Amino acid sequence: MLITVIPIAYALVTLALALSFWRLLKGPDAPDRILALDTLYVNTIALLVLLGIHLGNAIYFEAALLIAMMGFVGTVALCKYLLRGDIIE
Amino acid sequence: MRRLLPHPLLTLTLALLWLLLVNELSAGHLVLGAVLGWLIPFVTSPFWPERIRIRHLPTLLHYLGILIVDIVRGSFHVARLILRGPAHLRPAFVEVPLALRTDLAISLLANTISLTPGTVSAQLSGDRRTLIVHTLDTGDTDALVAEIKQRYESPLRKIFETGDESC
Amino acid sequence: MTDILLSLLILTGAAFTFIGSLGLARLRDFYTRLHGPTKATTLGVGCLLIASALYFSVRDEGISLHEVLVTLFLFITAPVSAHLLAKAALHLRVKSLAAVPRQRGEPHEPAE
Repeated sequence: MLITVIPIAYALVTLALALSFWRLLKGPDAPDRILALDTLYVNTIALLVLLGIHLGNAIYFEAALLIAMMGFVGTVALCKYLLRGDIIE
Repeated sequence: MRRLLPHPLLTLTLALLWLLLVNELSAGHLVLGAVLGWLIPFVTSPFWPERIRIRHLPTLLHYLGILIVDIVRGSFHVARLILRGPAHLRPAFVEVPLALRTDLAISLLANTISLTPGTVSAQLSGDRRTLIVHTLDTGDTDALVAEIKQRYESPLRKIFETGDESC
Repeated sequence: MTDILLSLLILTGAAFTFIGSLGLARLRDFYTRLHGPTKATTLGVGCLLIASALYFSVRDEGISLHEVLVTLFLFITAPVSAHLLAKAALHLRVKSLAAVPRQRGEPHEPAE
């Protein structure tokens, strides 16, 4: 059952990545692009977790954890730049 | 006691996080987690001026239960609205007057609002008295404000601010 | 039995991830687009992470809980980034379908 479900899940998550990427290219405003980047990294975590289940290897989890942390910090830094025009005050 | 162990709740959380991170329950990691949980709040205590006190534990547990149910409910709600299409949405900004005063309670309320059905908290006014909330599909804004206040704000107030005296 | 539960979790997770991004691509203004990724995508990835925890717990016959860490982290950070993005958008006066409220008590109130 898992054998049939995992390719469907891959397809859905990849489509999600494509849609977020389209929004990243299209904009139109800076917050839209940041939101698209934010969604893109969360989708990447989904893809990595799926890969971990598919290949039966827990090592991908570490990468997912790092992406989650770096992605959040990146989003906050970009938002702060938009709000204040500066990151470190 | 208070100087040596400034934030007992933070210590407990950090020790638990360490055990989750190494994904292993052994005596060695238990000790290491406890040491880290003590050391980190001790070294960084100037950054944590506010002392967190939970005044009403049963309400906190009940609140967490409501939160989990509402997260799932909220996602289904948003998924349905997205699939129905943008033409049917009635987006609006709503101002929610706040009765909460402590920073922790306000930030928890804002986070809760963002995770629950159809609403995202957008901005806290400069005087910390109103929270501007964006809703995806609302006909009756007054009912929404009343629901937020009754469902999320009053338990938070009971947990972190007033304890047993009110509510 | 666990196979069915696992498949169900993976499918719901992937579907919610997709719907979140669909909302991002499909809706018409920034503030409505914000809702999809914060709620649907977060729950979707949460479902996938729980599926992963279940899978490794069953396979290795020991409880694997570190996925819970990422799930918690995502559920805590998603509303924070949504709030910051909304605040930045209000600050930049991004086009909105809903009437933007008058901003009170702002340190630098822009002239109308």
